[in-house]
Formats: sequence, structure tokens, C-alpha cells
Amino acid sequence: MRRVSSVLPWLLLAPLVLGLLTGCGRSDGEIRIGSKKFTEGIILGEVLRGLVAETGLPVHHRRALGGTRIVFNALESGEIDAYVDYTGTLLHEVLAEDKAAQGRTLSERLAERGIRLAGSIGFQNNYALGMPEARAEALGIERISDLRDHPELRFRFGNEFMDRADGWAGLRSFYGLPQRDVRGLEHELAYRALASGEADLTDLYTTDAEIAYYHLRPLRDDRDWFARYDAVLLYRADLAQRVPEAVTALERALGLIDARRMIAMNAAVQIEGRTESQVAGELLRERLGILDATETRGLLARLAQCTLEHLTLVGVSLLAAVLAAVPLGLLAAHRPRLGQLVLAFVGIAQTIPALALLVLMIPFFGIGAGPALVALFLYSLLPIVRNTHAGIRGIPAATIESAEALGLPAGARLRLIELPLALPTILAGIKTAAVINVGAATLGALIGAGGYGQPILAGIRLDDMGLIMEGAIPAAVLAVTVQWLFERAERTALPRGIRGLGRTGGD
Amino acid sequence: MFELDRITKRYGSSLALDGIRLSIARGSTTALIGPSGCGKSTLLRILIGLIEPDVGHVRFDGQMLERTRIRAQRQRMGYVIQQGGLFPHLTARENVVLMARLLKWSSDRIKTRLSELMELTHFPRAGLERYPTELSGGQNQRVGLMRALMLDPEVLLLDEPLGALDPMIRYELQEELKQIFATLDKTVVLVTHDLAEAAFLGETIVLMRAGRIVQSGSLDEMIRAPAEPFVERFVRAQRSHRVALGEGA
Repeated sequence: MRRVSSVLPWLLLAPLVLGLLTGCGRSDGEIRIGSKKFTEGIILGEVLRGLVAETGLPVHHRRALGGTRIVFNALESGEIDAYVDYTGTLLHEVLAEDKAAQGRTLSERLAERGIRLAGSIGFQNNYALGMPEARAEALGIERISDLRDHPELRFRFGNEFMDRADGWAGLRSFYGLPQRDVRGLEHELAYRALASGEADLTDLYTTDAEIAYYHLRPLRDDRDWFARYDAVLLYRADLAQRVPEAVTALERALGLIDARRMIAMNAAVQIEGRTESQVAGELLRERLGILDATETRGLLARLAQCTLEHLTLVGVSLLAAVLAAVPLGLLAAHRPRLGQLVLAFVGIAQTIPALALLVLMIPFFGIGAGPALVALFLYSLLPIVRNTHAGIRGIPAATIESAEALGLPAGARLRLIELPLALPTILAGIKTAAVINVGAATLGALIGAGGYGQPILAGIRLDDMGLIMEGAIPAAVLAVTVQWLFERAERTALPRGIRGLGRTGGD
Repeated sequence: MFELDRITKRYGSSLALDGIRLSIARGSTTALIGPSGCGKSTLLRILIGLIEPDVGHVRFDGQMLERTRIRAQRQRMGYVIQQGGLFPHLTARENVVLMARLLKWSSDRIKTRLSELMELTHFPRAGLERYPTELSGGQNQRVGLMRALMLDPEVLLLDEPLGALDPMIRYELQEELKQIFATLDKTVVLVTHDLAEAAFLGETIVLMRAGRIVQSGSLDEMIRAPAEPFVERFVRAQRSHRVALGEGA
């Protein structure tokens, strides 16, 4: 089986090659804007994109890449050139573990990492407490301190705010608040409770669209308890040398948007159902007279794009997995001791949650399709390796003995006898991997890999069932189609003598 | 054709073969017989190198069986097992000609040889394109025999060739096999657990027990001069049913 074991180095190379292939997809000189995966982040990303696009520079907005960590790391590693974050987030989440911080400003600390903090976009997105306008008016409450006189008020906070040290616990002792009817729940539900009069107060972000929608009054933080979350423009320091025009264009965003405008823009997307691009385009036109070619694509074009991305994710990762997993399965079947190791390895790869696996790949392969392909590749290994192993081990001893007694050389035995006999089981394994892969690939959108997951995530964010279905239905259809295609292939590709021998299970 | 010297094979703590010495003459027909677990099938596998002995060695046509040349040596032997041991994903024809194709025989040569074998084994042409699952047990056995004989080997080894067949077909095939052996004039070694079959097909019967050869010779000799009480008991046990049925003396 020397031939089989020589495949091993290739297997180890496969993820690297995949990473390179996908990493090389970007064109040189293109300015890459990133955004965090919530409405405000994406709108601001679109604003930055529009500003750069107006200068005629090639620019691409990698939307909704993920949470703070992912996007900040992308900026630090050069995956993206600029994005908008918040001072409080940077201090408490990103630089929290930075011990030698004393006496230095946020800008200085970011500069050490090759990142420039250009300045504020013009608004803050702080934590705040909010009450329905009418109720606040009736009770005469404007400041948080005013709450001390109304111990009967019912507070409903989002779970995160209940848990954080700088959340309810700290706030209560700092202001000496007397309320006893305080509960944590899903934030969405807190707004509903306020609207239906079952609660009086919740925590909110000061630019939330819901403030306008539910007619809430944010209470003034009169003793400055909450940290400041100024929205600030971050870009890579080397951008100023590489493309100074881009920096000039990006810096037009400084002071461009006030809190009122940001709330209105968030509401336009989340409540009126406009797209982030449209809202950003309007702002640029009104404030700066920039006529941006706002990206508005029809349903079919969007669907085609997602389908292409999804098929690429599934196809490339599955092909690589087949090329690696079948030889691995053969190796495992012919070398039982090594086989245990191989099966254990692919088994462990399978047990890592998809999301964790995706995030683990980011340090090695950046963001986008690269890590998604590698994660999907690792995910597809187990069913194929295990079924190849089971298929070969399941061949009756008498058959193997007959082949040996005929004097077939090992290579011919593998090619003419073992592989064809194991084929139904191997095909069943590939089918399982493909179907799992179609589903798992939707998670790729979490790290900017595109595919059907993108409309699903956008739909969840915007609470837009139509948009969710735009991703969910094609994904389901694709999974069923893949299943059907494989069953057809099994029926036509296998000789009559061994049809229906495919097993889906393990050994 | 085969010279076996002190062949010993152990599986864990049990001794499958215990110092076997045996000489099998070219052109002879030998039947290995004995109760199940006596080592007769193991011995047959030793002859074709599927099992390597722990101690002792096998000479095939004057040459030691060795890993380096085992494939060439196997191509000079045909091997048939119970139910034929056919490859289920290949048709009868593909099963038979597999090895000849791999050795790059011309298609004319393959066709000629196939026709000869079909005549010899009475296998119908219509069955050639069928898969093993679509053929009867007897026909599968014929395909197995044709496959073993395709390269015209000098030796034919059969492990319970008729074991899985029902009595009528078994009887028919015994007759045919005897004719085939007579026609071919090859060295034949077959394993069976049926004394009547062994006596009918084999010139020499080798009776085994617990990894040793107890007696070898003709059935007559075993009846007239049993080497030990076990031979007598074995012969009696196998013949008593037939006596009860009034088939023989």
C-alpha cells in the first residue's frame, strides 16, 4: 500500500492550498472596508465604501464579518483596511488584557498595533435606560437620578445587561436605586413588554431604532456612570502611505453623522425595511452631494450570487475532502493500528462545533471563504473516511482470499476488487458529507464567506422573514437535490451485482 | 509437485497443523478429509501461500514458496472455494477472464480459452453476462472452476467445492468433476468432509485429525488396515448412514 501512504503529505497540504487559492482571490490595490454584523455597523461600512468609491478607487465592502474580535483582528492582520468601532468596546473588549496601559491614550495604544484612530464619526452609542415617553412625562422623569423617587417601577433588562458588572448591579449601587421588580429577559421581549405596558423601563443603546419606534425617552446619565462609546473611524496606519487619497476620502466621515441621524438610519433599515446601502447612499447624497451608485440588485441576481458562492463552498470543500478522505479510509482499513489514529483524528474534527471551528481557522486563513472551506473540508472528512474504512473492512474474507489466490498484485486488487466493492458504502459516505456540508456552509456567512447563510443572517438581524426564506429555502432545496443526485448516481453507476449495498452508518 | 516438510501452524494457543510431512505427486488427485477443525483447509491454504507456516516449508515443483515469487507461483495454481468465491460486482465472464486480461492476453486467446472451459464445465453461454447473484449455486461453482482453470494451471486446489450445494446438484457435479479431473490430467488437491466424495474423486485420501495426518492411502486400505482406532470410528461413522439407507455395504 505504498501508493496509499504517499497521499498523506498531500492531505496535509490540502488545507494550505485551499487557503492560498481563496486568499489569492482579492485584487491588488483594492481598498477593503469591513463591518461588524449588526445594522449600524453595516450602514457605516456602506458609508465608508461610498466615500472611497467617489474618488474612483477600487473598493469592496466585506459586510457583516462577525463580532468585534473577528473584525478587529481582520484589521490588524490586513484583511481589511478600515472600519468603524466604538471607544468603549475597544477599551473593554479588545484592549482589556493590555496590562501596560497606564497613562496612555487609546490612540497611542492602537498606534502600536499599526492602527490609526482617526476620530469620531459624530455620535455615541452608549448604554442608556429608556422609558416610554408618555410614562416618563407623566412621572416627570428625565434623569436616572429621578428614578430614586419611584420604587414601584418595573424594570426589564436584556440578559447581557443583567449579567455585566458594569450593568444593573453596578448601576443600582452607584445611583442607589430602590426598585425590586427587576428581571432579565430577551431584549426583544423587553421592548414588547414596554409597548404593552407590562414594564416601565429597559436598557438600550442610544442609537437603537427601537427608541423612535416605541417612543422611548432615554434618561440622562446625570452622574456619568456609563462608559462612553464614541463611534470612531479606524484604519491601518500603512494605508496613509499606500493610498493617501483613500485616507482623505475616509476621513470625510468624521463628524458626518449625529446621534439623531444614526437613529433615523437604523430605523429606516430595521423598521421600514430599506437596505443599508440605500440608507447610506441617501446620507452621502444629502450631506456631501455624493451620487453613489447604490447597490440595488434584484432577487434573482442576489439568489444567483448566493447560489454560486454556496456551490463553490460546498463543491470545493467536498472535492478536497473526497480526495483526502478516500485514501485515508483505505489507509485506515489496511493498517489497523494507524487506522485507529486516523479515525480518532477525523472523529475529533467532527466534534468541534462548526462555529468554533470557523473561528479557529481565522488566525490561519483570515476571514472569508478560506477558513470556511477549510472548516467544511474538515467536517466532510469523517463520513467519507469512516465509510471508506467500513466499506473495505466489510468485504467478505473469502472474496479477498479469492483475489489473493488468483495472484492479483496489490494495486490491481485495490483498483479492481476492493474499491468497486466498497463503492456503494463510499458513495453513501460522500452523500452524507455533501448533505451535511450544504447545511454547515450556511454558517460560513458568519465569517464573511457568503452563500445562503448571508440572507439568513441578514434576515435574522432585520427580523425579515422574507429575507430569511431567501436563504433557507434554496439551502433546503439544494440539500434535497444533492441527496437525489447521489441516489441517482448510486442507481446508475453501480453494477447490478452490488446495487443496494450502500450503508450510511459506521462500521 | 508439492513437498511439505514439518509444517506447523499455531493460532494463539491452539495448534492448527502439527509437523505435517506430505508429498503430493504430479498428476495425482488427493482428497484431504477429517472432522471439522482438523486443519485440512489450513493445509490447503498453506499450499497456495495464503497462510505461511510458523515452522517448516513447502516446495512447489522443486521451488520453495516465497513471498517474492508467490504471485507467479499462484498463477500456476487454480483455487476454488465453497460457493465459488466470485466477485459480486463482476459478471461471470469478467470473473473468469479477470486475470488473463491483466496479463494482457489477446482477446482471441481469451475467447478460445473461454469456449473450451464452457464446454468442459457445461456452462451455458447465456449465463456469461449474469452477475453471481443472478446465477444458481451450481452455476456459480462452475464459474469458480472456470476462473481457476483460465490460465491453464498445473495444479487445481478445491476447498469444499460442493459444500454449499443441495444433494441432487451435488451428485451431478461430483460426476462432472471426476470427468473433468480425468480430462485435465492435472495435480488436484481437494478438501472435503464427506468420505464418499473423497473416495469417489480422490486416488489418495489423506485423513487428518487435530493438525496431524492419521493415515493416507485408499479407502480400502483404511477399512482393511486402520492405522489407529480413530480411523475405524471415522470410517464407520460416515458409512453407517448409507448402510441404514441400504446404499452400500
